[in-house]
Amino acid sequence: MTSHASDLAPPQLSGAQLGSAARPAPGPAADEGLARRLRALACTAPLHDLDTRKANLAGEYGVYAMAEVALAAIDLVTLNMDFDTGADHEQIVARLLPRVAAQAPARPAAEHERVARWVLENLINVGSVDRGFRAVYGTFGPDGAYVRRDYDFKLIEEVPGHGGSVYLRTTDEAVNVLVGALDTDVTSAQIAAEVKLEVLISRGRLADAQLAAEQARYRTVQYAETLRRTLDATRRNVRAVDWLSTVPDMIAEALDHVADRYRHENAILTNIRRARDEAETGSDPKMGEHKRRAAELVDIVKDCIRRHTQLQSRLLEAGPLFRAEQDRQAFATPATRTGLDLYGQLVAPVLPLPLERATRVTDAFFARGTGFRTPAAVRVGDLVELLLTPPVEREYLGAEMPEPELIATPDDSRFSEEQLASAMELLDLPADAPRRLSGLLADARRRDPELPYLVALLAVHAASPPVGTAYRQGEQRLLFAVDDGTALDDPEFGGADLIVGTALLDAAGMAAERAEVA
Amino acid sequence: MIAEHDADETPPPTGEGGALPAAGPYATRGAGAAPVGGVTPADAADAARLVAFGLQPKLVPARDAEYAELLRRHREEPGFARLADAVAAGLGLIVLEVSSRAGMAVAAAEDSVFAVRMGDYARRASADSGDRFLHGLAHLAVAAMAFPRPEDLADDGYIGRITVNGVDAFVRQACRRLEERAEERGENTDPASDAPGLEAAWRVWARRTATGATKDARRLAGSTTGIVGKAVAFLTDSGFLQRTGDDAGGAYRTTARYQLQIRDMAGSAAMAELLELGVVSVSDGTATLLPPDDTDDLDLVAEAGLPFHS
Repeated sequence: MTSHASDLAPPQLSGAQLGSAARPAPGPAADEGLARRLRALACTAPLHDLDTRKANLAGEYGVYAMAEVALAAIDLVTLNMDFDTGADHEQIVARLLPRVAAQAPARPAAEHERVARWVLENLINVGSVDRGFRAVYGTFGPDGAYVRRDYDFKLIEEVPGHGGSVYLRTTDEAVNVLVGALDTDVTSAQIAAEVKLEVLISRGRLADAQLAAEQARYRTVQYAETLRRTLDATRRNVRAVDWLSTVPDMIAEALDHVADRYRHENAILTNIRRARDEAETGSDPKMGEHKRRAAELVDIVKDCIRRHTQLQSRLLEAGPLFRAEQDRQAFATPATRTGLDLYGQLVAPVLPLPLERATRVTDAFFARGTGFRTPAAVRVGDLVELLLTPPVEREYLGAEMPEPELIATPDDSRFSEEQLASAMELLDLPADAPRRLSGLLADARRRDPELPYLVALLAVHAASPPVGTAYRQGEQRLLFAVDDGTALDDPEFGGADLIVGTALLDAAGMAAERAEVA
Repeated sequence: MIAEHDADETPPPTGEGGALPAAGPYATRGAGAAPVGGVTPADAADAARLVAFGLQPKLVPARDAEYAELLRRHREEPGFARLADAVAAGLGLIVLEVSSRAGMAVAAAEDSVFAVRMGDYARRASADSGDRFLHGLAHLAVAAMAFPRPEDLADDGYIGRITVNGVDAFVRQACRRLEERAEERGENTDPASDAPGLEAAWRVWARRTATGATKDARRLAGSTTGIVGKAVAFLTDSGFLQRTGDDAGGAYRTTARYQLQIRDMAGSAAMAELLELGVVSVSDGTATLLPPDDTDDLDLVAEAGLPFHS
């Protein structure tokens, strides 16, 4: 592969010699466009290379157009990517076979498969440890010096899937250069796509309609992905995520999106089904093609709806997860000693360092962070036996799982029963006299310096009172908290100065209602 | 107690006191201190036995009555404790903690026979500087994911949970952010061909494949998930992690020993090296492990499986 890369250099080099003799070398700005084009050109090199190297294969493979098979493979991977993982290796080979077979129908099927696999493996570049390609190109630095640089890229990459499986995905480079520029702002692209879809369906151009529907699906997947990462970050550190405005906005936006798409796609589904069924009547082959495409589109839209439902249920779980994590992290006893911020103080500063220097840090960490190994003392007698023992067959079921170690959880409750009783007593407010949280906190602080934390925690929970539970259990009264916009002025807590009160519930009325429902 | 022993300058009868390495807790507790009333060979054997238990990192004191009994002696008899610490120091071990939760937690001193060397750990690492870095970074990333907040590392009761794919995705995400930042500044991050050592470290991880198909369905050793998988398997053998499931390439939880090792040994060693390189990072206690700030620009991490990035 790199042979192509070196071919790229000579014209540049001669330019440099000419430049140094006649005029100052062009600056980096002038060079940037050239570097970009050189990189784009490099992405096509692996494809040309396939046709050059097919002569080296054992057998007569000249009849196959390898670059064509490769482009078809990239298209197939791009189109068959499942949204959670990627395209399946075997499936891509199977779908490539008809095209390979068409190029040389007289050849045996085994050879067709060999060609398909060879092309796919070369696009992944199985032989290299990075599983990628490298091209060398030259640029002029700010000081006019000519620098040769390595450009690393991949065309098809392997990504981990569920259960240890491996899937294929086309890279940005492959999509941009070899499929065509498709990446635009997805938000606006989707609005455009929706309009396009309606127009396309009305004109019967279903091929483009399918593409538009697929694009409409991205937004949902992207919301799900953003949400997953936000929740992951929340689990690690609540403070890392802006739960005051950014996340609630995102969740509201995503819920709107789901509601909107759900309506929209059900409408599409109805329309397309009609288009599909109407197409059935025609004997015209063009109508048959339409019918097939409409059927595919029905599948895609169904999948869209399934994904929207999934996203919606995840969105509804986000709030409870945040509150649980806040309880765990923010209301835990503050640590007595300060810890090292492994990411902020080690990982983040190390990554931008040059490799040589970064390795010194990782080496130091490795030397102290891996534990120890007890050296094995080998006796000759054992060695002979060891060498003569036949290798153990790999277990079909894999290694035995270690027995789980059960450790009794220590009672690490932050607050004692007495403190809870004291807090409940404070919050036992008459129904007609609600109080400000600030006053409650001050009272609590007089009783016990730890008590304000418990009172604040209870008050925050009361902001979303368990009305449903109270209703089912026929409770007589319920603690609630309301935010009227007053800011809390307290040395230990921030946020809203909630109004905390007790609501009297009509237990008898609720019981009667429950009986009616039952 | 200490003062009494400091006055007594007789070397311990367990061997030539002067030959003991000066490193380790034994030295810090006052050299030349002898246990009260002399040491019997049986005491020495018990002390060595305790260190031997400590050298089996997966052994839990709660499951071995003899281990638990020796730990009790270590806690209650200062003379025995010093003897055990001296045995450890003589073997080139550093005692991190002796407790019923972590057992006799020892770490290998740098030149000890117990120390793990990168060349033995991964053969390719000694030949290829990129691989050497990747293996080291994998260990660092596992620790950073296991203890995301400074409080988590400081809190003795904290148990971290990680998955192999999670660690890889987290490093890739950090690399991607650096890549974007470089792009914004219009920097060309492609390294010069004749100076591979000057390549930015994040690029080495970013350009390595995340996974790869192999003939026998095992994880591709050279891929980043393979490298992280090797790190967690090794840490599990060190008694630092426990496997809890197969999700996302393998799920693990941390042990008390791992926290001690990272907090007292590895973290500070790496920080010292970083300071020596002139990189000073000051933490103000705010969160650093942030999610990507792309709620609107919608770019995707590798695991999303989507074809088009913004």
